[in-house]
Amino acid sequence: MKFGFIKSPLLRYLVVRFLLIFPTIFILVSMVFFVMRAIGDPITAALGGRLTPTELARRIHLAGYDRPVFTQYLDYLGQIARGDFGRTLTTNQTIGEVLATYGMATVEITVYAVIVALAVGIPLGMLAAHRRDTRTDAGARLFGILAYATPVFFVGLLLKLVFGVMLPVLPIAGRASISNEMLLQTVPSPSGFYLIDALRTGDAGIIGDVLAHAILPALTLGLLTAGIFMRLVRTNMIGTLNNDYVDAARSRGVSEYRLVTKHAYRPALIPVITVVGMQIAVLLSGAVLTETTFEWKGLGFELAAFLNARDFVAVQGIVALLAVVVAVTNFLVDVLAAIIDPRIKY
Amino acid sequence: MRALKKLFNTGILGAARGSRGVQRGMLVTGLILTGFFIIMAILAPMIAPYGFAQLQDSHGYFGAQQPPSSKHLLGTTVGGMDVLSRVLWGSQTALLVIVFAVVMSIFAGVILGLVSGYFGGWLDRILVVIADAVFAFPSLLLAIAMSIVISGGRSGLFTGILSTAASITAVYVPQYFRVIRAEALRCKTEAFVEAAKVIGASHWRIMFQHIYKNATRTLPLIMTLNASEAILTLAGLGFLGFGIDPTMGAEWGYDLNRSVADVSAGIWWTSIFPGLAIVLVVLGITLVGESLNDLADPRLRSRGAANLDELEIASEVSVA
Repeated sequence: MKFGFIKSPLLRYLVVRFLLIFPTIFILVSMVFFVMRAIGDPITAALGGRLTPTELARRIHLAGYDRPVFTQYLDYLGQIARGDFGRTLTTNQTIGEVLATYGMATVEITVYAVIVALAVGIPLGMLAAHRRDTRTDAGARLFGILAYATPVFFVGLLLKLVFGVMLPVLPIAGRASISNEMLLQTVPSPSGFYLIDALRTGDAGIIGDVLAHAILPALTLGLLTAGIFMRLVRTNMIGTLNNDYVDAARSRGVSEYRLVTKHAYRPALIPVITVVGMQIAVLLSGAVLTETTFEWKGLGFELAAFLNARDFVAVQGIVALLAVVVAVTNFLVDVLAAIIDPRIKY
Repeated sequence: MRALKKLFNTGILGAARGSRGVQRGMLVTGLILTGFFIIMAILAPMIAPYGFAQLQDSHGYFGAQQPPSSKHLLGTTVGGMDVLSRVLWGSQTALLVIVFAVVMSIFAGVILGLVSGYFGGWLDRILVVIADAVFAFPSLLLAIAMSIVISGGRSGLFTGILSTAASITAVYVPQYFRVIRAEALRCKTEAFVEAAKVIGASHWRIMFQHIYKNATRTLPLIMTLNASEAILTLAGLGFLGFGIDPTMGAEWGYDLNRSVADVSAGIWWTSIFPGLAIVLVVLGITLVGESLNDLADPRLRSRGAANLDELEIASEVSVA
């Protein structure tokens, strides 16, 4: 695949990178399929013991799980290609419906988390790089390592304990109080992104309530990646602060603050963009655990519920769907990085 | 494997000798925490006051959610088990998972990486695409899928440990694979490989004698990452109810899952202690890894820190 007929190197890179999405999705979806089918048929796993053997056999036959695995696999690939990820066993919804109901909640918490991570991680990384090898640096690095070392759900439990129980100032479960949640459903064509819906109602009480519910989950999930951003910014900043142009600027009398925030900042930020993309995978793992801790009814919370109900068709569908999300996000981030950074080789 | 262990030892001890200031503090703290964890895991059966699933002693049942007292130093869980004992026994489960996961990942990753890098061609391309796909995927989801396959979810101590370790292996093989493949690509054009070919050494011998020994310098760092990720994944699986059955073994993530409801009721001792155990162990291992990374990266080495050439010579001598 040389694509020599496309003259612009950037465009050629984009085309090749776009085409690479498909093998990635194919591999992940196939892996999920064979891994999940290795345990036998999902109907027995979910309902075995609750139905008579004849009824079980009938249901298995109806769903087509008694056919050769390879036939099922081809069928499955065909379904995925049409965007059909299957139907849950326990609640009899399509995975598309599950996504429509709960997907926005996960997007919302992830957006908040990225904001927290950037707002905490970047300034802290800049400070640590500038005060390198001092106590400030050691403290910032310790924070970075602790943020990684603490499981998200433990951070969540600690925050709940401190801000929900010891100082009962913040709600510790759900996305909004029940009455407000009902009100938010009545907004014409609700987006599911509660903050947006709340802003549309224009009611300060609802907006405040939605934000209050988001604080602890956002901090929990955000701190997970804040540490990674902090370390990354610190490392790259140390690299750029050693450049001659920084010394040159310093000798012209540019203030230290300006050196760090203007001169060394931009080159140090490009790797952060690339890593934000890779963090999507980390954030999704973290979202599953954060949503479970705070009863935040998103995809992760649902995934955990399906896991406990042993509904592996639903699990397979959601995991395959997330594989697509990850592949597409990574593509978008690579494109962004290629456009921003002229040094990336295509 | 013995050469690898030797490399690991000289790497860490050499680094400890050569480090300075903050970096030395980090490394020493990390080594102390990790050492403490390993001792705790080995001695758990002797120092734990009760068994991990014990509900009663000669004085009757322990009772659920009892606050810390002289009889139960860290209180009891919602299931009526002794928190201190479960924390101590949990270290054993964690250590076993780490050992299995690291050994299996190194084994698979090194072999695949050497073969892929050395032979190249279509096999190499396919393996690289697969490794990249797996690498980009949320590790916890992959681990969940693997654990469903291996044990159908809930399981006994040994299958639980093995399935968790295997799930972590699936996630970590691509990382070893990438590093070893890159090193193999670098090494195979070097003169000593050509020399070995000339005297008639087999592909197998060139890969596992000549290239392997020159490709292991980054392994200790990935091993520490792998080990801390193993604990976090084990805890994450346990937290989602996909860990080890509580009557079969103690596992910190499961205990945290059971303590979610306690927290809302202000019962803090059931969550704080298993959580702290996870944090301290991961912190210890990460501190060791982080300092090794700093010492190996010339941009990050503290001014006046160890001369890395000496370190490398020391470790290479020990391999020979």
